[in-house]
Amino acid sequence: MLRLVNINKKIGSFSLNDIGFSVNKGDYFILVGQSGAGKTMLLEMITGLLQPDSGQIFLKEKEINNTPIQNRNIGLVYQNQTLFPHMTVFENIAYPLKSKKHKKADISSCVKQLACDTEISHLLNRNITGLSGGEARRVTIARTLATNPDILLLDEPLAFLDIQLRRGLSSLLRKINQNGHTIIHVTHDYEEAIALANKIAILEKGIIIQTGSPHEVFQNPKSEFVANFIGIKNFFKGNLYPSEPNSNLKIVVTSGVKIYALSDEDINSEGYISIPGEIITISENKLSSSAINNFQGKIKDVFHIKLGLEIIIDIGVEISAQITRRSFETLQLNIGRDVWISFKASSVTFIKTLT
Amino acid sequence: MIKKTDAISLVFIFLAGLLLLFIIAPIVGMFVSTAPVAIFEAAKESEIQQSIWLTIFTSITATIIFSVGAIPLAYILARKNFILKKIVLGIINIPVIIPHSAAGIALLGVISRDTALGKIAESIGFSFVNGPAGIIVAMAFVSIPYLLNAAIDGFISVPERLERVALTLGASKRRVFFTISLPLAWRHILTGLIMMWGRGMSEFGAVIIIAYHPMITPVMIFERFNSYGLNYAKPVTVLFICICLIIFVAMNMISKKRKNAETR
Repeated sequence: MLRLVNINKKIGSFSLNDIGFSVNKGDYFILVGQSGAGKTMLLEMITGLLQPDSGQIFLKEKEINNTPIQNRNIGLVYQNQTLFPHMTVFENIAYPLKSKKHKKADISSCVKQLACDTEISHLLNRNITGLSGGEARRVTIARTLATNPDILLLDEPLAFLDIQLRRGLSSLLRKINQNGHTIIHVTHDYEEAIALANKIAILEKGIIIQTGSPHEVFQNPKSEFVANFIGIKNFFKGNLYPSEPNSNLKIVVTSGVKIYALSDEDINSEGYISIPGEIITISENKLSSSAINNFQGKIKDVFHIKLGLEIIIDIGVEISAQITRRSFETLQLNIGRDVWISFKASSVTFIKTLT
Repeated sequence: MIKKTDAISLVFIFLAGLLLLFIIAPIVGMFVSTAPVAIFEAAKESEIQQSIWLTIFTSITATIIFSVGAIPLAYILARKNFILKKIVLGIINIPVIIPHSAAGIALLGVISRDTALGKIAESIGFSFVNGPAGIIVAMAFVSIPYLLNAAIDGFISVPERLERVALTLGASKRRVFFTISLPLAWRHILTGLIMMWGRGMSEFGAVIIIAYHPMITPVMIFERFNSYGLNYAKPVTVLFICICLIIFVAMNMISKKRKNAETR
């Protein structure tokens, strides 16, 4: 669908180097990178607002480097407010349809349908100035969808929204994707990527350092940057089950291992759990403490890392724990030894995937 | 400390009052010293009526015709960067700083009967010199900076991002200009149009050089003063000031109403 080949662009001291990736029809592609990594610049090049210094952009196998912006049929939703302030919500959504000279009746029914899809029907006659942040995003998305774009580009669509609004908007984006729209979404938030994407690219300092499914990328971070940036070591796919009635304490089953987690997501949700390696305690015997996740396992590997050691323990899944050199020596943690590990349910994060 | 500030405030208020008085006093003085009957008599005079209509007509026409070029120029100056931009920005303000009689002389060098432009006009059947066309040109020359500067400010105030977004929404550059840039800059432009019109209507120096006849009102005021003296010039002056004020206030009210409607 969309293919970027060896894209280079330099603006001042910042440069994007040798960017290449491809997005297939129907993909939900998320580009993850810290702010200043060049994400917005990349989106502006895809839309044609910026010209790359070198490299090619293909849309549907046709090179579009020299295609004018208005003929590319790529929709862009900026992070900042970009609604036209002199028009109502209805007029904003109708704007692209009027550009294409649709009939008045068609425009009206199309706008109403889009408003219904994005759950903003009640706002159609409102002015832009009175909209909340979440409402404005939905209107912007509806307006962009009105162009019926081949690809929808979203620049940090969930930033600066409270958790409730984020959830609502996330499921809207998922729905839009499931209706057949190809989406490229840029964010600095890995949880968004895990929850929404079927394909991820990691952008660091102007270079794409890893691409793949969220599972591939987060479970096998190719560079320290990805691992640190993501801040998670133990990353597993699993389903959420209840542990006791009316409680947020739930059980995540991953490869047959039952791990307790605190989560307010619905039971039977599919998703990923992550357990930070530094909170895992290793002991010779089972500890009796407030930590309710206790597992016996065998040490499979030991790595020296920048600070201390990383111990891999097989408890049915491989868990990575970070400990100090002193603990390693005191406990004589050699490969093959049986040990107990424990960690609190509250330190386990469950991220529901929106399917 | 407080006392010092108060003293400054008092000085400011005093100076501000003095300045306002400076503007208001001559006008009020003239109104007071002119008998209403004389003003009514002046209003009935067909020569004066014609002159006022001519002034209004030529100033509106000048504003409309020249805005067609001024608005695109303002847009270019607000959006594009080019090598001689600073010089161009200087050039557009030249009419404000040169004496208007000098402007008239300079214009005459371009549009008098023996110039190329003058000959073309002549062949079509009109003349700039001593004709409404010449008055329009003279008014436009001296008043165009007001529109240009307001329109430049207007276009600068429109976020470029909105124009770019409109392009990604499939609008052509022409459509982006007419549906986004122009409406969002319109408030400034409208103010500029009113200022240009007002300035054109009050022009005397450049017009008298190019067209003594047909007589616009400022020229007529001068002629009456010159030929018959102060008292004879006053009624037409007061009448013309009233008309200018009414138009100016009305236009400002319309533009304000529009402002409210836009911000809703």
